[in-house]
Amino acid sequence: MTERKKTTIVLFSGDYDKVMAAYIIANGAAAYDHEVTIFHTFWGLNALRKDEEIKADKSLIEKMFGKMMPRGANKLGLSKMNMAGMGPKMIKDVIKKHNALPLPQLIEMAQEQDIKLVACTMTMDLLGLKQEELLKNVELAGVAAYLADAEDGNVNLFI
Amino acid sequence: MNIDKVLDAKGLACPMPIVKTKKAIDGLESGQILEVLATDKGAKNDLTAWAASTGHELVETKEENGVLYFYIKKG
Repeated sequence: MTERKKTTIVLFSGDYDKVMAAYIIANGAAAYDHEVTIFHTFWGLNALRKDEEIKADKSLIEKMFGKMMPRGANKLGLSKMNMAGMGPKMIKDVIKKHNALPLPQLIEMAQEQDIKLVACTMTMDLLGLKQEELLKNVELAGVAAYLADAEDGNVNLFI
Repeated sequence: MNIDKVLDAKGLACPMPIVKTKKAIDGLESGQILEVLATDKGAKNDLTAWAASTGHELVETKEENGVLYFYIKKG
């Protein structure tokens, strides 16, 4: 077999709908037998947070950031029609009705398909997120590691 | 046609049919045939493109009572 193709996605957004699009493409690409990497930076990091509160050594500002940002994929808001949290509730009902996968399950499926989930360490520091707050099997890396995957990537997306 | 495996992906939405098809075909030997049943309207284009790109052969497709049938020979 020829060398596997690569898909790399930079996930900057922490909006439920945009993260869902990223993970649908990533899972599709894995089914295409691509090596897939999702590089989470800024608000995209919140999709990787565990949903329970994790005790970590943090400064006051870091603690505040941690409280204000959504804790995990299921708590993300919508990019449009968020309506103070009503939007996500409605969209989750619609997802169920149409037999589509909700975001937490898409992320689980991504891990089952060996999609590489990467968290950007520089923005983790900015937002005060610690590794123990993120899902298991998330790799930590920086821009160089992303570029190494992306430079011979066949599909490259910034979401 | 000799069907070696059947995958029922009826009712499932994108990207599940393609993800499940990939899993199912991974368990087959080259030359064996997988039958896929789907109701997602996008599945027709999706599976056609997927088979062409991943080196499998879409031998036949048909539609009956709103259900799409695909016969894919593993490459």
